[in-house]
Amino acid sequence: MEQLLDIFVRSIFIDNMVFAYFLGMCSYLAVSKNVSTAAGLGIAVTFVLVITVPVNYLLNEFVLKEGALVWLSAGFKELDLSFLSFIMFIAVIASIVQLVEMIVEKYSPTLYSSLGIFLPLIAVNCAILGGSLFMQEREYQNLAEATVFGFGSGIGWLLAIVGIAAINEKIKYSHIPPALRGLGIAFLVTGLMGIAFMSFMGIKL
Amino acid sequence: MSTEKEPLFSKKNIRLLTGPLGADNPITVQSLGICSALAVTVKVEPAIVMSLSVTIVLAFANVIISLLRKTIPDRIRIIVQLIVIAALVIIVDQILKAYAYDISKQLSVFVGLIITNCILMGRLEAFALGNKPWPSLLDGIGNGLGYGIILVLVSVVREILGSGTLTIPGIGEIPVIPQGAYDFGYVNNGLMLLSPMALFVVGIIIWIQRSRNKELIK
Repeated sequence: MEQLLDIFVRSIFIDNMVFAYFLGMCSYLAVSKNVSTAAGLGIAVTFVLVITVPVNYLLNEFVLKEGALVWLSAGFKELDLSFLSFIMFIAVIASIVQLVEMIVEKYSPTLYSSLGIFLPLIAVNCAILGGSLFMQEREYQNLAEATVFGFGSGIGWLLAIVGIAAINEKIKYSHIPPALRGLGIAFLVTGLMGIAFMSFMGIKL
Repeated sequence: MSTEKEPLFSKKNIRLLTGPLGADNPITVQSLGICSALAVTVKVEPAIVMSLSVTIVLAFANVIISLLRKTIPDRIRIIVQLIVIAALVIIVDQILKAYAYDISKQLSVFVGLIITNCILMGRLEAFALGNKPWPSLLDGIGNGLGYGIILVLVSVVREILGSGTLTIPGIGEIPVIPQGAYDFGYVNNGLMLLSPMALFVVGIIIWIQRSRNKELIK
């Protein structure tokens, strides 16, 4: 339990997808104009991460890892398919995003109308693939850890994007040198927030 | 078919190659591909390797998609693009693991993240789907190099200020700050090694570029 809490807090604050690894910056810079769309995208990303990270964990554990196919036949003990992980992960992500889109459209049209436009974009959001790749690299022990990691990373991303969107709404009214407007100031603000988030670094549970 | 053939390096084609290096830079102007870029800029060496990998993947992906552009159904084009990119990235990753293992360890997940690098999808959608293979190849190389320039620039600044060295592939670490400066009390700025500093450096590069080129100001 403690372990799970540790992973959760780490993935939100310390290993924050945006501030520590710059993942998902593209869509993040594109939509962080107002808080409500930013929150919509953040929720969609969290949603997809919570589903794709555990699925890819199972895929990694039972198909891709060295010796993972032993359950099929003892002869596959030496088989290492991990070089296929990029293509498998991205295929899983793309199809799950498609599935999620269809399910949400069918069962919750209100949610669909608010998330709908973002869902196709999410398939190519680096934060999603990054989540799966970090999960593989950090070798989480079981399904629960992987799920908690996915959830935490999503929440961290949500926090970052909502924070930036809120700042951007205020920045519109301030005097910024014309050359710095838009992209430039967005980078500087993100950098400052990144430094702020670094103060969480010393935390150990 | 027009009988008149465009020369291989016509003015238009040259512009495809050089535009992304400056006024049409993928990172600072098109704001693509920031995702997997900045975390690899602590030292110069991984930055160079990363930009080469992206350039190679982008050039080949552009050519392949451009060759297939008339056969890909519109509805599934994203999946097709992802598969082509993923296959190329796997090749690059395997080559790096075989010939440059240390760097491949340093780059860790960021090689894999080339797949979702927005430069790739952005250029494939915006250029390769509507153009012939040769211009697509030039566009791919140009954008890859434009991305590389920013990456290398950021990493040079960060490494000189942060560690006082320059790591050039094949030569190794070269001390840039003279020993005398350290004796005098100079201290490396460890802050530059932290990830948020990459954002500041890029922000400042954008600032300088836009003040020099007023057309870029929106």
